[in-house]
Amino acid sequence: MSTALVTDLTIFVLALLVGIEVIGKVPATLHTPLMSAANSIHGIVLAGALLIGVSAHSVVGYVLAFVASFFAAANVVGGYAVTGRMLKMFRRRVTPGAPAAVPAGKSGPASNGGPARREGTAGS
Amino acid sequence: MSSFTTNIQLVYILAAACFVVGLHLMNSPATARRGNQVSTAGMAVAVVATLILLIHAGTVTGTGWTVIIVGALLGSAAGLQSARKVQMTAMPQLVSMFNAVGGGAAALVAVYGYLHDESTKAGVLGTTTVTTALDVIIGSVTFTGSLIAAGKLQGIITGQPVVLRGGRLLNVALAVIAVGAAAFLLTTASLPALLIVVLAALAFGVMMVLPIGGADMPVVISLLNAFTGTAVAMAGFVITNWALIVAGALVGASGGILTKLMADAMNRSLGNIIIGGFGTGDSAVPVAAAADAQIKSVAADDAAIQLAYASKVIVVPGYGLAAAQAQHAIAELAQVLAARGIEVSYAIHPVAGRMPGHMNVLLAEANVPYPQLKEMDEINPEFGRADVALVIGANDVTNPAARRPGTAISGMPILDVDQAKSIIVVKRSMASGYAGIDNELYTNPKTSMYFADAKKALAEMTSAVKTLVG
Repeated sequence: MSTALVTDLTIFVLALLVGIEVIGKVPATLHTPLMSAANSIHGIVLAGALLIGVSAHSVVGYVLAFVASFFAAANVVGGYAVTGRMLKMFRRRVTPGAPAAVPAGKSGPASNGGPARREGTAGS
Repeated sequence: MSSFTTNIQLVYILAAACFVVGLHLMNSPATARRGNQVSTAGMAVAVVATLILLIHAGTVTGTGWTVIIVGALLGSAAGLQSARKVQMTAMPQLVSMFNAVGGGAAALVAVYGYLHDESTKAGVLGTTTVTTALDVIIGSVTFTGSLIAAGKLQGIITGQPVVLRGGRLLNVALAVIAVGAAAFLLTTASLPALLIVVLAALAFGVMMVLPIGGADMPVVISLLNAFTGTAVAMAGFVITNWALIVAGALVGASGGILTKLMADAMNRSLGNIIIGGFGTGDSAVPVAAAADAQIKSVAADDAAIQLAYASKVIVVPGYGLAAAQAQHAIAELAQVLAARGIEVSYAIHPVAGRMPGHMNVLLAEANVPYPQLKEMDEINPEFGRADVALVIGANDVTNPAARRPGTAISGMPILDVDQAKSIIVVKRSMASGYAGIDNELYTNPKTSMYFADAKKALAEMTSAVKTLVG
């Protein structure tokens, strides 16, 4: 086994362990954006696709370079755009400044129509 | 290594560090957006560095520049378009498509790496390395497997498991052919052998996913995500690029963790899911509702009274909620209740939805604040204090039979809905869930069944609550 391969393998194994450590801490609430973010990260294969261009001097090379660049660019751009779009939807409050919601767990009058009573109106 | 290539490698390491930091920031919804930005910045830096490398190499022909630039621009446009237009319910399909193209690109990088081996003279094929072979195989399997998964999720291909006679034997045969031909390539230069590897791996991807049912998709998508990551890492080995190796390993770890979480939450082993069996979930066979005398049915007004005079309500959403597009309806009802000072939270089972965390995204889209979205372990102790548990479109994950041995779902982690003081279940019929067994929750004396489409039922309840409380 060559030194270069051993170096690559070392990097791979350490990155795998870092990944397990970092990703294990992501809450279930964010698992879909996490997967989508991971998706965009593997779009780095775009670098590999573009590098085909360095030595591609035949039809086969050009076709492979074209298809690989197309796939990888769709992966990377679409992945980041959709992850951003999803994460923008996660809000702490209903809408900033909106009067409607009362903090969870706190009971009290909050409806627009006046104090809401907890008893006594049943069956009306 | 010349100082130029060293500098480029350093930039790639910077990009890899951005990916790690970006993923780290995703450990809280408050910082997740910044994480995505950091990750995007890393990617931009890596792509620019690659372009500089191409210019510096000076060997890219005019045609070469044209194909990679036009390819990348068209791909970017396609990706951006689908990212902007996709419905949140269709997110699993889109993620699956990105897995497909990522895996496909990785496989193509390896194919080219083999066709254009720098250690041999131009036009002469050499033998290959284990990493090239693995990249071709895993990338190709991911490509077709993800396309089939996306087709199933989109409904183009049936969500039912497609089980062919001797399908399992065919799978084994395809795997043996792909690995055998790849092993042959390690010692002998052969273009036909490479083609055989590619074709067998592509066919294996199709055959692997076809027999898997729609309800098992969270596991399958996670697994294919892990595959794509591994394929990209292998592509990094092929072209000796550390950014690809690190990024691929991170994605592989992420996919692997999610696969395990999903399989555990469904109480099934990975092998069991891949081999197939039950796992349809989408089939709703209407069964006569009132057949069993023990079942208590409820109307909108009564359900509204229970909800309006509760002090704590826990909503239990399942895939049925998403299928009925009712996430906005439940958010509206919850807002009306919260306005009365009622504490509302959502109990999210790990496999609610069609991919990990899918339900959270759907509810976030419906403007539900994320602090109200509770994970299973967090919410289970709270059911005892809840006046009403409102179950919408969730079935097996609420079945107390899972706590007993000897049932199809024994040992599966469930939401402790039966601990609530009263339970309202919104459901179209008494049809059983994808495990195919009766839900004991429905015959619990505390449970009232509300037979209706989720969206309609929620709208009725919301207006009943509004009328009730003025």
